[in-house]
Formats: sequence, C-alpha cells, structure tokens
Amino acid sequence: MKVLALRLMPLFLFIILIGFFWYSLSLDPKKLPSAKLGKPLPNFVLPVLGNPNLKLSQNDLNGKISILNVWASWCSSCVDEQIFLLHLARIGVTIYGLNYKDNQDDAINWLSSWGNPYKLIGSDLDGKVAIDLGVYGAPETFLIDKFGTIRFRYAGVLTSKIWQQEFMPRINEMEHNL
Amino acid sequence: MIAEIGLFALLLALLFAFMLVIVPTLGIIFNKEDWQASVKIYVPLQFFFVALAYLALTVCFLTDDFTVSYVLMNSSKSLPLFYKICAVWGGHEGSMLLWVFILTLWMFAVNLFSKNLFFPLKIRVLIVLGLLSIGFILFIIITSNPYSRQFEILQTVGRDLNPLLQDPGFLFHPPMLYMGYVGFSVAFSFAIAALWLGRVESSWAKWTRPWTLAAWCFLTAGITLGSWWAYRELGWGGWWFWDPVENASFMPWIVGTALIHSLAVAEKREQFIAWTLLLAITAFSLSLVGTFLVRSGVLTSVHAFAVDPERGLYILIFLLVVIGGSLGLFALRAKSVVRVKNLNLISREAALLLNNVFLMVIMLTILMGTVYPLIIDGLGLGKLSVGAPYFNAVFIPLMIPLLILMGFGVQLNWQRDGFKRLYSVLGLVGLLSLFIPALLEIIITKSFNLNVYLGLVLAFWVLLSTLKTLLIRLKISGFMGISLAYLGMVIAHLGLSLTVIGITLSSGYGIESDVKMSPGEHIFFAGFDIRFVSESSLTGANYHGNRAHFMISSNGYEKSIFPEKRIYNVGNIPMTESAIDVSLFRDIYVALGEPINDDSWSVRFYYKPFVRFIWGGGFFIFFGGFLALVDSRYYLKGRKKNKLTFKAKI
Amino acid sequence: MKQLILAILLSFVHLTASANATYPLDSAKQEAQFHHLLHDLRCLVCQNQDLADSNAGLAKDLRNEIYNLVKEGKSDKEIIDYATERYGDFILFKPPVKTITYLLWFGPGLFLVLGLFIFWRSCLIRKGQIDE
Repeated sequence: MKVLALRLMPLFLFIILIGFFWYSLSLDPKKLPSAKLGKPLPNFVLPVLGNPNLKLSQNDLNGKISILNVWASWCSSCVDEQIFLLHLARIGVTIYGLNYKDNQDDAINWLSSWGNPYKLIGSDLDGKVAIDLGVYGAPETFLIDKFGTIRFRYAGVLTSKIWQQEFMPRINEMEHNL
Repeated sequence: MIAEIGLFALLLALLFAFMLVIVPTLGIIFNKEDWQASVKIYVPLQFFFVALAYLALTVCFLTDDFTVSYVLMNSSKSLPLFYKICAVWGGHEGSMLLWVFILTLWMFAVNLFSKNLFFPLKIRVLIVLGLLSIGFILFIIITSNPYSRQFEILQTVGRDLNPLLQDPGFLFHPPMLYMGYVGFSVAFSFAIAALWLGRVESSWAKWTRPWTLAAWCFLTAGITLGSWWAYRELGWGGWWFWDPVENASFMPWIVGTALIHSLAVAEKREQFIAWTLLLAITAFSLSLVGTFLVRSGVLTSVHAFAVDPERGLYILIFLLVVIGGSLGLFALRAKSVVRVKNLNLISREAALLLNNVFLMVIMLTILMGTVYPLIIDGLGLGKLSVGAPYFNAVFIPLMIPLLILMGFGVQLNWQRDGFKRLYSVLGLVGLLSLFIPALLEIIITKSFNLNVYLGLVLAFWVLLSTLKTLLIRLKISGFMGISLAYLGMVIAHLGLSLTVIGITLSSGYGIESDVKMSPGEHIFFAGFDIRFVSESSLTGANYHGNRAHFMISSNGYEKSIFPEKRIYNVGNIPMTESAIDVSLFRDIYVALGEPINDDSWSVRFYYKPFVRFIWGGGFFIFFGGFLALVDSRYYLKGRKKNKLTFKAKI
Repeated sequence: MKQLILAILLSFVHLTASANATYPLDSAKQEAQFHHLLHDLRCLVCQNQDLADSNAGLAKDLRNEIYNLVKEGKSDKEIIDYATERYGDFILFKPPVKTITYLLWFGPGLFLVLGLFIFWRSCLIRKGQIDE
C-alpha cells in the first residue's frame, strides 16, 4: 500500500501543478499591484504645467477624494482614456495630472488637441516623482483619499468598466466611512 | 491557393493520424494482425501530407503572400531569402507546424528502422505517437491555424521578422531544439507501449536507447547553440539567463541525461526498469510543460510567443490527458519503483542511481523556481520574481555533489567494487585535481579566488578521472578494444568538464566596463589598449544605423572590430550588434549603448576568459553522444527478433 | 601556451579609465556594489532583463537613482528597501527570504535530503526482494 502511494506521488504532484497552471491562465504576470497601497503620497513639489511659478505638492491633494493621472504626450494609449477623463471631470471628479517625462510644449499642445480634464498638472520632467509613486509605465491612475493616502492604482487605460469595477466601490466605501 | 492546399494537406494528415491510431488498436482488440500492420502504411502517408503542408506554408513566405496573416506578421518584402525560410517558424503557428512536421518525421524514422522490433511493441509505440500527433494537429487546426487569410488591401511591406531573429543562429537553434523535445516523445512512446503491453522485453532498453540518445544529442546541440547565439546577439555578454523558456529546455535535457544513463543500466544489467520508464515519461512531459509555459502567457519571457489563454487552455487539457494518463498508467502497472535487487553501495549501478537522484533534484529545483511566481500569485500572496540570482545560488551548490560523483562513476565497476581499488586508481587523480588548479592560479595570477579554485578542482576531478579510465581501458584492450560508445562516453564527460572550466573562469575572472567614449579616444581595458577609431552611418537590406570601428591592441597584437547599432526599418526597432574579438582563451566583447549628445557613445566592454570553452564543451557533449549513437552494436545484422532471456513483469 | 598565460595573467588586471565611465564611482567596493545591485533588480518594463541590461526609460532612471544612492554611501539593504518600497518584492530578481519563500529557498536542500534518503533505502534492500 505504501508503495502504491509512492508510485502515485508523481501523478498527485502533477495534478496540483496543473491546478495552479489552470488558475494562472486568468492572471496577468506583467501586472503589478502597487507597493504603495495604504501609504501616504510621497512628498513632492513640482512646477505646474503652463504656469511654472505655481507649484503642485502632495498637500494639494488633501481635503477631498481625488485621482492622480500619470500621462504624457508621447504615450499613445493616453489618448484612449482622455475622453473618459473629460467625462469624469464633467461629473465632478477631481483629477490631478502628473505629466511624466514630457516636453512642456508638446504636453500643452496635446492638451489643446485632446482636452484638459485636470484641475492642476505637475511636470515631472525627470520622472523622479513617478518613481517615488512606483509608476512603471503610462497611463496610470491613482485613487487618493482625503488624507492623501493612496488607496488604489490602476496601470493601463482607464475605461468606464474599470471605473465602475475598481474605483467606484472604493470611493463609495470611503465616503461611507466619513 | 497554396495556403488552402496546405490546410487541406494538414487535414489529410489528421485523417491518417486517426487511421493509424484506430485501425491498429482495433486490430489489437480483435486480434487481427494485418489491421495492426496497417500502421506501416499510414505513418508514411501522414508524414507525406504534413511535409506537404509545411512546404505550402514555406512557399507562401517565399512568394510574399500577405493575404496569409501569418506571413504578413512574420515577414516583409525586403527580408532576405534565407530569413524568409526561417521565418516560417518565427511565430507561434508556424513553429507548431514545424513541431508536427518533426514529430511525423520521427514517426517515419521509427517506422522505417524498426524491422526487427518486437511486433506488439512496435505497433503500440506508433499508436502512442499517433495519438500525440492527433493532439498537436488538432491544436493547430483549432487554435493556431497558420493558413488563415486576411483580405484588407494594405500598403504595408509586412510586419517583418523580429530583428533579434535575423541571425544565422535562427536557422539551427529552433529546429535542433524541436528535434530534441519532440524526439523524447519516442522514448515516451516506448515507455507507454511497454506499460500497455504489461511487460518489458530485455531488448526494450536496447531499442529505446538509440532514439533517446539521438533526441538528447539534438537537444544538447540546440541548447548550446541557443546559449552561444544569445551571447553573440543580445549585446549583454550573458549566455544563460534562467529565463523560463531556457529552463523549459534545460529540464528535459537534465531528465534526458538521467534517462540515457538509466537506459545503460537497464540494457546492461536489466535493472532500474521502473525508474527508466518514469524518466522516459518525465522527459517528454517536461517538453510538453515547457510548451505550455511558453505559449500560454502565464509567465513573462523574452521567448514567449503571442500570448493567448485559449491556446493555453487547450495545451493544459492536453497535458492533463497525456501526462496524467501516463503517470496514472505508470502507477497502475509498475509494481515497484524504488525496490532494486541486490544493490551494492560501491558499484556502478548504485552510482548511476545516485546520479539519477541528483539530476532529478536539480530538475525539481529548477521547476520549482520557474513556477514559484505563478504559485504565489495563484495563492493570492502577491507578486514575486525568481531570477538568475536565485537559480545561480541554488544550482551551483547542487552541481558540486554531482561532479564529485561523476569522477567516481566513470571508474566504478559493475555489480561490485571496493574502496581499496578505487583509492588506488583515483588517489593520485584526487591529489592532482586539488594541486594543479592551485598551482595554476597562484603562479599565473598571483592571487587566489576560492570560487574559481573550487570550480577548477571539480572540473579537473572529472577530467582526470575520465582520462584515467580511458588509459586503463587502453592498457587492457588496446586501441581496438575502445568501442565508439565508450569513446563517446569519455568525450561527453570531458566536454562537461570543459564547460565547467569555461563557466568558472569566465565568471570568476571576467571584467565588465561601461564607458563613455568619442571617436579618437581610447581606454585601457583588461590589459589591452582599445581605441574608438571612427563611427559612420550604415544601411542594410532592411535596416539603417551606425557602425563603429574599434581597434584592440596589445604588445604588437592588433585587431579591428565593428560593433553596430541598427534600427530595423519596419517598426523602428533598435538592435545592438555587438562585435567580438574571438580567441580560444579569451573574448573581448564590445557593444554600443546609447548615443550621448554630441558624438560620444556609451560603450560596454567585456573581457571573458575561456568563455569559448563553454560551448566547446557543449559540442563535445553532443559529439560524445553522437559517437555512442553510431556505435555499430545497435545495427548488427541478424539480431534475434524476440530475445526472451529476461522478462521483467511490471 | 603564450596566449594562454597571457590570457590568465591579464584576466585579473582590472584597469579602466574611470574618468570616462558612464557611472564613475570612488572605490572598487562601490563599483562592485553598484554592479551587483543592477543585476539583482528587475526592469519592470522589459521584465525579463535586469536593470543593468535594459534600455527602457524607466531602467535608465532607476540606474541613475541607484547610482546616486551608491555614491552617497547607502548600504545594500537601504537601496533594496528604496526599490521595494516603491515597487514591491517583484522588482527583486533574488526573492527575499520570507515566510512565503521558505519553500523556495529551503526546497532544494529538502529535495536533496529526500533523494539521498530514497537512495539509501534502495541500497539497503538486499536479498529476498526479487522483481516479480
């Protein structure tokens, strides 16, 4: 009997492995959850795009629930989410922008072509603030609560579906726990 | 039209695959020998139509038929002819077709060269192979059709073959690898056929061995070529990255190595039958698991094909059926795995058993490291990376006992040996292995690197022990007494020690330097004076870029090399073509990085002593296996058909 | 032979004009630290390359950051913490030894012990056990 158990071992281990493979088909190995969830925004002071005498700092995002959107004019996917962001701005969502490693003029032109949903935009010319946020590509969108804590990060094009599935439940929960 | 002919041919091949499984199986059930023998007709027919299908796809590439999506995505009008032929296997669909072509090729060969094989065994072997081919052809037709058309009127010249693949290495590396992966299906089929039959004839090991050796040789060549190619092509001086796909090729190789050793025992001593069966199943299973990992998207890899979970699901089900089924069959039919009769601790049999154990431990370690991120993610515990630093940290310590064992193993006698005899034979060898590396290091480099020393000791231990055993054999039987198989064994083991020397020295004494240079400047590197002579723009068949001239000089020695930075026209993909000053005992490797403002470039230099030994050793291993393969004892005429001197009921 | 000796002799002479180095550092120790850290960290854009080899923009930025930290004299742990605070354990090619990686790190040793045990058992079984 013991020998039978031994001989069934390879099969047994194999079935377990297959189980993991099966489940992993629904996962995406490239996507990274944010290491900053639940942590406060990093300290930063950035010049505002188009108005360098003005500064954007992490304190500006205190006071109400807002989202921070990382974008650039060289990022082709960012175009895809712009219309949705404009819609969000129209229904009252506060959107701050982090212009990631971009040329100022290109960025301003891009906004005039595709629209500007942002309350304020910080110019992260060398990408240092993005690194502090754990950004690894564009576009990315962060959900920030009124205390300046990062509650969620979505890496990819923001769509209505993602907004409903990932952002709205968290926003509702935050508003309930006031 | 051609594409449709190809698809139709593939469907016919599928038909014959079904025939070659169903008809003989019915023949077995109803005891009709001529139905069973029909397999001899169906196998060549299947091969013919698969070959036709493959040829058709190749013609589509050669004629730039962009209405075939696969051609559009993997070729371009300006792609050189040579690469158009290779591009057939440049993407997922085409490479699967290559896989099937190679499978039917092996089947054709088995059918052809098995005239004296025990008939019931032969039929079952081909039926199992037939089942596998059904699975793969269906996979292609259902999820990965290379012939599908698209009818947009496009102005494009094609998406082009990935520039990384536009290198001569691409001609050899994938086909060699596939010959290996797929070749293990033959050993697998022999094992399943034996389990199905319920008994193992004494000749079973003798028949399985050449097929397994052949597959193993190809896989050795494929891996060695891949490593050498990565070194030349990727621009970072590395030759092994523990990338999931590399691991996917290494694991079957490791098990294959255990298998050929186990087959030796099975053939000569009629022991380890159950082990051998399990290893044969495992080797091919790992080939299949590798296919899954590479084509399903569950792991990121530089080698990964276009990701498609639907394909992943099909392969997974296929894995479950094939591997699950065979392991189940094994559990049922193999009466004992770990019981061995009369095994003396000091004997060649015991050493080979221990060898199997070590190799399996290494394989399991690599497997675990490769799938661990998947498991952690699957358990919802987060995202982890398991990369080269981990694998190097665990693999190297595991190699140490294996190499030590190897020095003993080549000397040990069958059945029973003794410490006294071993000591008298190997005592001096051991001393020399400890002494020579120390001497070399201290005298030549005037310093002592412990890691390098240890690596060299192990390599010399294997090297000298193998040479010693050859000397002993020569003394006893003279030149005529050395069979090709024996010589092959010697050369293969020597090859491994060369590889270890290459790895130890190039890692231990290699130098890397990242420097900013403009034309006219020069640096001192690894004792050489390297001057950045000039730089100019360049245009190739399907790329443009920059070409730099570097001059390496030292003590009257002078060599010019020309690293390039290319941008492939289609898709603007940048590529580094590094330049290497090659010599047996050292490589100097120069790669252009990024251009920096004015006219300066960031340039990377590598000094790699003895790095050629790595692939030289790999070639020796391949060659040794090849010699063992062509040893005439496998092909002696008039061999008795049904040698029933020993029947192991399993 | 001459080439062989020359090769081995030169193999440990480590001379570079550091004024030209893309990332010049003050000591060999710092250079070694910088070098091995770049190989231990993963590029998150080209996820199968380490920071030393990747040409991605993010990799370049991270190389600069790490260069600065090394120059400032930060320890390995501090620099690794810097990276994992922002990107999690995923950025480490060498998984940290934590509870969830115990199996990973101790597994090979375990397999080896198990294997040796199986081998020992096989050798101990002597006469009387015939393959049926």
